[in-house]
Amino acid sequence: MSNKFTETLMKLVFTLCACLSIAAVVLICVFLFANGIPTLFEIGPLKFLLGKTWKPGSDIYGILPMILGSVYVTAGAILVGVPLGVLTAVYMSRFASRGINRFMLPAVQLLAGIPSVVYGFFGMIVLVPAVQAMVKTPFFTQVLQVKGGKGMSLFTASVLLGIMILPTVITVSKTSLDAVPQSYYEGSLALGATHERSVFSVVLPAAKSGVLSAMILGIGRAVGETMAVVMVAGNQTWMPQGLFKGLRTMTSNIVMEMGYATDLHRESLIATGVVLFVFILLINLCFSLVKGGSDHA
Amino acid sequence: MPDVTANARTAAAPARVQTIRPAGKNRTAARVQAAVLRGLVGLAALLTAAVLVFLIGYILVMGIPNLKPELFAWEYTSDNVSLVPALINTLFMTAFSLVIATPLGVFAAIWLVEYAPRGSKLVRLVRITTETLQGIPSIVYGLFGMLFFVNALHWGYSLMAGAFTLAIMVLPVIMRTTEEALLAVPDSYREGSFGLGAGKLRTVFRVVLPSAMPGVLSGVILATGRIVGETAALIYTASTLPKVANSVFSSTRTLAVHMYLLSSEGLYINQTYGTAVVLLVLVLVINSFSSVVARKLSANRQ
Repeated sequence: MSNKFTETLMKLVFTLCACLSIAAVVLICVFLFANGIPTLFEIGPLKFLLGKTWKPGSDIYGILPMILGSVYVTAGAILVGVPLGVLTAVYMSRFASRGINRFMLPAVQLLAGIPSVVYGFFGMIVLVPAVQAMVKTPFFTQVLQVKGGKGMSLFTASVLLGIMILPTVITVSKTSLDAVPQSYYEGSLALGATHERSVFSVVLPAAKSGVLSAMILGIGRAVGETMAVVMVAGNQTWMPQGLFKGLRTMTSNIVMEMGYATDLHRESLIATGVVLFVFILLINLCFSLVKGGSDHA
Repeated sequence: MPDVTANARTAAAPARVQTIRPAGKNRTAARVQAAVLRGLVGLAALLTAAVLVFLIGYILVMGIPNLKPELFAWEYTSDNVSLVPALINTLFMTAFSLVIATPLGVFAAIWLVEYAPRGSKLVRLVRITTETLQGIPSIVYGLFGMLFFVNALHWGYSLMAGAFTLAIMVLPVIMRTTEEALLAVPDSYREGSFGLGAGKLRTVFRVVLPSAMPGVLSGVILATGRIVGETAALIYTASTLPKVANSVFSSTRTLAVHMYLLSSEGLYINQTYGTAVVLLVLVLVINSFSSVVARKLSANRQ
């Protein structure tokens, strides 16, 4: 009798634990939205989302510069990280010998494990001075007409984030490349195509939904990255002014000012978090659509 | 797919029409194309490996000479910027978060694998929310922790608020790895246990969970790596006091937060290098340990 009672009780405990993730998501939504939405309406949704000026000192809160900052930095990170990551995944999946992969697989895992502050510090110490020196060369100042370029810039942040999303992109693309049936590849070989051509024209297109998920996951990581971006992006609140100028993302806006913000300023930072959260939810939705689509196929 | 067959046809056609030159040209073109593509992927892989080696090498080379004894002093002062209190706090934070997250995550995974009715709506909801949790950036966790644990529950900036925030953050990691490990346990184990007259609960705790242990462990270690490296979720939940925490309600600073603060102050560049080495080595050792455990699991299965 008591045995049966324990069974039922523990089943209930397991069920409740599983429901915790539902509870967590609901709590996060409720607390963020309940704190952020009223602020949004207090400032005015359009003024807040499309305002080009962020001056907490004079109670002007427009986060368009940060929204654009996040979008640009993410786009840059994708431009750097996705081609490099997908090509690396193709190499690991279809070209590398077992011996080389014995080095590459742990290398990718190590890259995934490095904390973002360490990436940020590396960017600050190595990338920022390198970019600073690069934009001062005559090629940049005279041929490309880059005036007053800075080391802490959109470019530096994109490169660093591109490196940071590499492990995600590589792992997900490699998994889907590995899953392409060998018969596709063999069929292409039998038609006279070279190994390289078969991989690029048959195997890679067959894995394209995996590559797309890799890209979306990369976007999610890049949009949400905070510490590394704060350390290399310059963080000016102006509208983004160019590839070699500083800018500020939504994440850096929160982490930089939350420490001393009060009243409406603090509320507007939480509202910035809400906007970021909505971005992330949309990206997650895209991800499950892509994944769901490929499951049906 | 269609363009592939088209290409193959055009490539094959000239060979059949006995003209040799175009075939030769095509073959050279194909060979050049192949070489270019091969070079491209090789270069990409080389670049990825080079980035890793350079990054880790640079931090180690610049940092190891800066591992001075005063960096490991027992008390933090603004002169020695010792990392020891932060290191001890990291230990507390990790233990506390894992104590909360591990049972919850493991139990949730047990429900998903052993109890949940197939295709039920609740299972789908749990899966969707777990995936959502996994995609939420740490700064959003930090904001939520500040609003909920610090303010709404009045815990203040504290070890406890930080630990609960991190527990939610690593919950999906533990859930997923445990779930995979449980799914890998052969059904014959369960059947054997039932056949011997054991109940469901006994089967789960005595048979299924022990054989899934390496998988669970590798998930827990992976979560440890994330906790140790976390910064954004902790700054506004556990805050930044550089002292060893003396209660769960005292504000603390973990090693990663310590390193961020040092580097953003910009006054202690050499000490920051030293701190970076300690943090990097710690996280890398934890993560490699996790994959060693996971490999042991797959070796056992074979």
